[in-house]
Amino acid sequence: MVHEQVLDNGLKVLIQEVHTAPLASVWCWYKVGSKDEGPGITGVSHWVEHMNFKGTANIPRDQVKGIIEQFGGSWNGYTWIDQTTYLETATKDALERMLFIESERMASCLYHPDDCESERTVIISELQGGENDPDQLLDQELTATAFKAHPYRHPTIGWLGDLQTMTREDLFGYYRKYYVPNNATLVIVGDVDAPATLKRVDHHFGTIEARPFTRRPHMPEPEQLGERRVTIARPGTTAYLKLGYHAPGIEDPDFFPVLVLDAVLTGAKGMNLWSSFRTPPPQRSARLYRALVDTGLASSVVGAVLPTEDPFLYTISLTATEGTALAALEEATLEELERARTGGITPQELAKAANQLRARLVFENDSVTNIAHQLGYFETVASWTIYPTLLARIQGVTVEQVNAAAGRYLKAANRTVGWFDPVPDLSEA
Amino acid sequence: MTTTVGRGLTPVREQLPNGAVLIAKESRTTPAVTIHAAFEAGIVFDPPAHGGVAHLVSRMLDRGTDTRSAAQIADDLDSRGVSLSVSVNRHVISLVCNCLAEDFDAILALVADVARNATFPEQELATRRAEVITMIRQDEDNPANMAMEGLLRQLYPDHPYGTRPRGSVESVERIPRAALQAFHRERFAPSTLSLVMVGDVEPGRAIASAAGAFGDWTAPAPAPTALPPVTRPLRRQRLVLPMMNKAQADVAYGFVTILRSDPTYYACNLMNNILGQYSLGGRLGDSIRERQGMAYYCFSALDANIVPGPLTIRAGVNPANVDRAVSSIDAEIDRMAAEGPTDKELTESRQYLIGSMPRTLETNAGIANFLQTAEFFDLGLDYDLRLPGYLQAVTRNAVHDTARQLDSSKAAVAIAGPYDPAAR
Repeated sequence: MVHEQVLDNGLKVLIQEVHTAPLASVWCWYKVGSKDEGPGITGVSHWVEHMNFKGTANIPRDQVKGIIEQFGGSWNGYTWIDQTTYLETATKDALERMLFIESERMASCLYHPDDCESERTVIISELQGGENDPDQLLDQELTATAFKAHPYRHPTIGWLGDLQTMTREDLFGYYRKYYVPNNATLVIVGDVDAPATLKRVDHHFGTIEARPFTRRPHMPEPEQLGERRVTIARPGTTAYLKLGYHAPGIEDPDFFPVLVLDAVLTGAKGMNLWSSFRTPPPQRSARLYRALVDTGLASSVVGAVLPTEDPFLYTISLTATEGTALAALEEATLEELERARTGGITPQELAKAANQLRARLVFENDSVTNIAHQLGYFETVASWTIYPTLLARIQGVTVEQVNAAAGRYLKAANRTVGWFDPVPDLSEA
Repeated sequence: MTTTVGRGLTPVREQLPNGAVLIAKESRTTPAVTIHAAFEAGIVFDPPAHGGVAHLVSRMLDRGTDTRSAAQIADDLDSRGVSLSVSVNRHVISLVCNCLAEDFDAILALVADVARNATFPEQELATRRAEVITMIRQDEDNPANMAMEGLLRQLYPDHPYGTRPRGSVESVERIPRAALQAFHRERFAPSTLSLVMVGDVEPGRAIASAAGAFGDWTAPAPAPTALPPVTRPLRRQRLVLPMMNKAQADVAYGFVTILRSDPTYYACNLMNNILGQYSLGGRLGDSIRERQGMAYYCFSALDANIVPGPLTIRAGVNPANVDRAVSSIDAEIDRMAAEGPTDKELTESRQYLIGSMPRTLETNAGIANFLQTAEFFDLGLDYDLRLPGYLQAVTRNAVHDTARQLDSSKAAVAIAGPYDPAAR
């Protein structure tokens, strides 16, 4: 059972007692991500996330390290298109410390100029590390091509030019605007007592003042009217194909039919961005696996559709086996997708997909960290109340709904095709 | 013989007459079970003539048995939402999956069938071989991977620890089906199996089910294999692998260290935590990421094993910062060797390693990993209860003594990426 409370300052608090282990997981979610960024400050949400680990008014810089490790705890954070989040998981006696950390992070981060400057090169290192991976590079280019208006188009890490020129004032101003209790959800899951925990939350967060802010308006992505294509031709050893179809957001009735469609095509991943993609899906009998991997055209196929606030992409990524031409791989992939688009799926495939998703929901709810993630994730993109209903929504999907969704979303005009086409590296000749 | 330990994880262990080890631990946190089967069939057993056999065996194991085709195995797994991960490391091939509790018996039977009766069908071999060749090509395009392979080649020349885990394109192209079958025959036997089952299943029932699946297996134990001796490098080594099309360079730096059974293991483990793991990469992270802003990641890892294992340090840096990053690593190694840890560092790392155990042992998969490691290194069924005491007993001097074994003038360094030493 989830205990929900909204403090006077607008902070939403979700607490779920789980007494299977003497642990507690605390996540603080901010409804700000890269889609809130304008030109000149792409990457600011992510850089702000980095800066929020560098000391606060009451946590000196030299006491940040080890502040949760002394309880055997782990910490982390991430930024994506709709959200920025911070977490700690530790033994339950660390709860007070975790609440303190997150309240400090919300209200009192320091943004020392030297730290801002030092972090600039760390983030550029992170960006360049990502660019070392051709598949990640292709993903970035594909997304930027698929979206022409919506700010989902730019990478969460930002464009290099912006990272090189953003100032401490840009960072601190963004932090002060969006890091307010009325833009946040605090989630606590674990071996805790909900009423007592709520009192402690109020103690730590209740005095943080709400501040009104105006969210940057953004253009909804207009309907794509024709296939788009992007090719990266760079030195490399392996060819990659990526397809991006505009997909429904989480509150669109088509979301779960598309989720089931993906399970039929590439195997069910589940719905937990934090953990689902760490284990491969059951996909050996999935349509695209059989058509492309078993036939030797591709060494791997990965499908991804995630719950997002606005319509994002359903992405299918393939690695061509050595000697397979990208054109041939693309032709075979599109042929199989066309079969799904025009012929739909069978009741047996629907049952198998639903069963896979049922199992994945069990597997990905195996820890207080994962449960807390899901509550906060869904609250930030829509509502946490979706989370307990996931299984029912999946089991409620019909063949007709999947087939209609396939017809709507898998059409050529809705897709962007990306190639990473390796060329000889003449610099080493 | 069945052994049960009181308090702590309290796993139940049984060794069958044919030598197979079965370990079960009940956990009702979720209605699921983790099945983790490990066979002593790792890369160290690759025949010299065919590098990459163990890895290719791991890719082929679940592609057909005496009674099931690859398609049938796929349907059996997929219909239950099970993804069977078959992976290989230096010493073992592991088959790991999560399944719903209701599917435990069926999936366990399938895992047993795959492990015992794999047939390596010819038509599957062509496809899987092509996949592996593509994976090798991807590895060759990955500076982090190339740096690590280069480092291990320097640390372990003429030893399986220094060979490429997947083999080379040339060696994999040549592997005949007979080599896979021979490897499977030799290395997959009840005496090389340790099977761990953790989750929503009563231990007695799990062991009975596993005994039913493996108890009648009579494959002979493999002949003992002697690995070549490991010699510690006596001088500094440096290898540069230019990959000028890349955006970032990867540095891999390291030493040969100790056996897992070495009495100084816990001191060395704590030293490694202080050096390159605690919080955001220990002392190394403090220097190279936090203070100098040179890298998104910089950390160390200790793999003490049944062979003197490596201590490796890795960092991803702008090519303009490679030399400074390597110098900074040298400086931290030298400082640790000269001064050892502070009392505060030792207290913090020790507290962290002990305090993190409940988190590590929260999930079925986490528990299964822990029990497999304890079994592989013969640490005992109550290792989770004794580990805190081992860590508590480590003194500052003991940690310093292990650090004194690290000498930057004898380190091996490998750099891969857009780095041109001639330009500097």
